[in-house]
Amino acid sequence: MIFADAFGWLLDPANWSGGKSIPVRIGIHLLYCFGAVLGAALIAVPLGLFVGHTGRGGLVLVGGSNALRALPTLGLVTFLYLVVGGSTVSVLISLVVLAVPPILAGTYAGVQDVDRGVVDAARGMGMTGAQRLWQVEVPNAMPLLVGGLRNAMLQVVATASVAAFVGVETLGRPLLDGIRVLDYPQFVGGAILIALLAVVLDAVLAVVGRLVVPAGVRLSARTGKARPGSAASRRREVPTPVESGGSTA
Amino acid sequence: MGDIPKYLSDAGTRAALLEKLLDHVYLSLVPLVVSIVLAIVLGLLCHRFRPVNAVLVSLSNVVYTIPSLALFALIPAMIGTRVLDPVNVIIALTLYTTALLVRPVAEALAAVPSHITASATAMGFRPWRRFLAVELPLAVPVLAAGVRVGSVSNISLVSVGALIGTGGLGTLFTDGFQQRYLAPIIVGIVLTLVLALVVDLVLVLLRNRLTPWVRAGGKP
Repeated sequence: MIFADAFGWLLDPANWSGGKSIPVRIGIHLLYCFGAVLGAALIAVPLGLFVGHTGRGGLVLVGGSNALRALPTLGLVTFLYLVVGGSTVSVLISLVVLAVPPILAGTYAGVQDVDRGVVDAARGMGMTGAQRLWQVEVPNAMPLLVGGLRNAMLQVVATASVAAFVGVETLGRPLLDGIRVLDYPQFVGGAILIALLAVVLDAVLAVVGRLVVPAGVRLSARTGKARPGSAASRRREVPTPVESGGSTA
Repeated sequence: MGDIPKYLSDAGTRAALLEKLLDHVYLSLVPLVVSIVLAIVLGLLCHRFRPVNAVLVSLSNVVYTIPSLALFALIPAMIGTRVLDPVNVIIALTLYTTALLVRPVAEALAAVPSHITASATAMGFRPWRRFLAVELPLAVPVLAAGVRVGSVSNISLVSVGALIGTGGLGTLFTDGFQQRYLAPIIVGIVLTLVLALVVDLVLVLLRNRLTPWVRAGGKP
């Protein structure tokens, strides 16, 4: 039984200590992922807020981030490795590149999706542009913004495994080593680890996401009738297809 | 970058590129077609039976969370196919695309206005014919939007299969990396992007043909 052998590999004490053990690789994997999402957020959140708030350049942004989605991960990683040299830097850059579009899309869609009436009311109350942005648009955009961060993390966790190919010690390492030397228990055991890490991390982020969304927005999302295409009906951006900018033409 | 013309000047290389491209098309589009059929069937089930909906939506979320590299490796272990068999990639991508499409299909079917289904019934449509001739066509715009996302993500994910020995354009990346040769990697990235773009255009044309009322400015 291949799964029994895989669990044998997973539970082997030899794999749980030393510099190339499972915990060390999980740590390195997470370090890359959080670093990349943080870096991408520093770029994408301000940009998304700007475009969403001013309404300028939305079409370019949606089109651009859709095009980035088509970029093959493995191609980007190997390309950057040969161009930049050094696996750490090239992997970090490619993870950031892949994390930017979902965060950008989430932030932009979040601000864009805020009820125009609410923004008008804020303007009528005499709020300045900055006040409207920080006190009205950002809190209301939180559900979609957090959803974007979660999608970015999902993408980055998967890609960090693939990136083991260029020699970083992430959790993709055991799987790739396993296929190279035809060690199937290690191959499948590595796959189980990657899948578990992704599922657990996504669940943790779902909980964190619920905590950072302001209570008022949460309440309206729960009790308000979800119009098709509203924030409430496309909380998670990946599984629900979003029409790309070109489709409106 | 100057060695790309040199790389492409070899006829053998060009033939190999064409073969990889066709492999790539096959590996990414077969799952797309299979999952459109699956998603329509499952979406209908979700639409008719609420409990199925809850189960399938949470199942889709879990499937979608599992990284492709792991899923490619877990499928042979679960169903007993050979580890290096391309069918693993096809099954994995079918799972992803179906997971992506089921919920929008179910939502689109639920969004068909009741006066339309009522008029169809009044005109003598039996349930199955009503579904195929009225409800499904009205769900096409939403389905098409999902299929477009699915095709782009499949085309980019097939490359990862190169790590576990399936063909396609991804082998250009692994080969290029091993030989420290940039030209095949650049050619591979460009071909992948062009392929994604061409397939997307075809899908848009197909959608426009299937939904003539949208262009005419009609509303359901």
